[in-house]
Amino acid sequence: MSETVAKVKAPSEPLFSKKNRKLITDPLTDNNPVTVQVLGICSALAITVKIDTSLVMGLSVIFVTAIGNFVISALRNIMPPRIRIIVQLVVAAALVIIVNEILKAFLPDISEQLSVFVGLIITNCIIMGRFEAFAMANKPWPSLLDGIGNGMGYAGLLLIVGFFRELFGSGSLLGFKVFGSAIPGEEWGLYTMGYANNNLVILPPMALIIVGVIIWIQRSRNKTLQEEI
Amino acid sequence: MAINKESNAYTIFFATIMVVAVGGILAFLSLSLKPMQDANGKIKKKMEILKALLTTEEFQSITRENAEAKYQEYVKAEVVLTESGKVIEEGKDAAFNVDIKTEFKDKTLPVSKRNYPMFIAEKEGKKLYIIPIIGKGLWGPIWGNICISEDKRSISGASFGHQGETPGLGAEISQGFFIDRWTKGEEKIADENGDYIPFEVVKDGSGPNPTKIDGISGGTITSKGVEEMVNRCLVPYTVYFKTLK
Repeated sequence: MSETVAKVKAPSEPLFSKKNRKLITDPLTDNNPVTVQVLGICSALAITVKIDTSLVMGLSVIFVTAIGNFVISALRNIMPPRIRIIVQLVVAAALVIIVNEILKAFLPDISEQLSVFVGLIITNCIIMGRFEAFAMANKPWPSLLDGIGNGMGYAGLLLIVGFFRELFGSGSLLGFKVFGSAIPGEEWGLYTMGYANNNLVILPPMALIIVGVIIWIQRSRNKTLQEEI
Repeated sequence: MAINKESNAYTIFFATIMVVAVGGILAFLSLSLKPMQDANGKIKKKMEILKALLTTEEFQSITRENAEAKYQEYVKAEVVLTESGKVIEEGKDAAFNVDIKTEFKDKTLPVSKRNYPMFIAEKEGKKLYIIPIIGKGLWGPIWGNICISEDKRSISGASFGHQGETPGLGAEISQGFFIDRWTKGEEKIADENGDYIPFEVVKDGSGPNPTKIDGISGGTITSKGVEEMVNRCLVPYTVYFKTLK
């Protein structure tokens, strides 16, 4: 039903109409792929120990969802329905390999820290989910926006989790020592008063707890997200 | 216009075009980024050599940018040995250009024909010998560098790397605490006569015994891989050191 409406409206629609803007803003808040749809949790736990890895991972996922959504949407009318999923996988895999090769060439240290998780972007449910649910049924431009929006929703959450984990786990932000230095013999800042970094924050379980707290805050602010019991 | 998208012919046609197009794009990208990736790999190799040579504190100042300069500053000579400890090549970059990983993987190359490179560095007026080693972990290759001090017997530093060992288990070999177990000060690769003493990676604690090294809990196969790698790779060098005396 809604599809037919969209088709009639489409020719006169401006590039950043209200509906298109919502495609970007929705996944950032009330339809966040991680906190609301609970997709892509695994990688969110693994690579959020520091902000820089979170940022690179987030940008990589934005790239894959945005370009992938665009390509799938452009191909949707000529794609043989029987090998639909295979085509989606090939597009996602190709984009992930591109990201991996570029990271290896230009950001070798971060590429090493992200190790297998760049390759595992292909198994991130957000990507196949958006291809199948949105790009297969919409035009390329809205699909591109939807991809950017969902990628940003994922990246935003990674940054929040990465912020807390780096701050309390390593006492730094983007490598800049916020709480002072903990190197024995050269302590300064909070560490001279007996402050110590929390090693639990470095471990994956704490990422899950932070994601849980974010979901809790979000659902207590927006009652419509709460499931009925 | 009416193409039957359900037909077998169309499906195969579409799949063929797609695979050729995607394959072409990826091959082009891979080839055009290869020089940069190779350059990164070379710098990484130099950093690993420096890691074995320098103390943890000294290594903290090493970055990708200054690795090349620091490498040139410390590493004074390079030699390549045969399995029987004879020098076959000397000079700048002689050892660096030996790819022990490819030689190790090459099943057609007999073990006796492998090259054994060594880097001779000078630090604070002392000569140090850095020996690259290569072996097999649980999931893929593991490698490392062992630094031998001036007496040509004691291990003064080490670094280990791996391609894809299990994080938290086998992957711990690249961590500082595991490296420290090799460099407590007593670890020696040869006895007074210069004959090789094999190392043993153990589970029940090494105690004061310098030829026993604590393995990693849950990473037994990787630990055993390190043991095999060290014992296989170091022997030719002890033969060479003997000839120097």
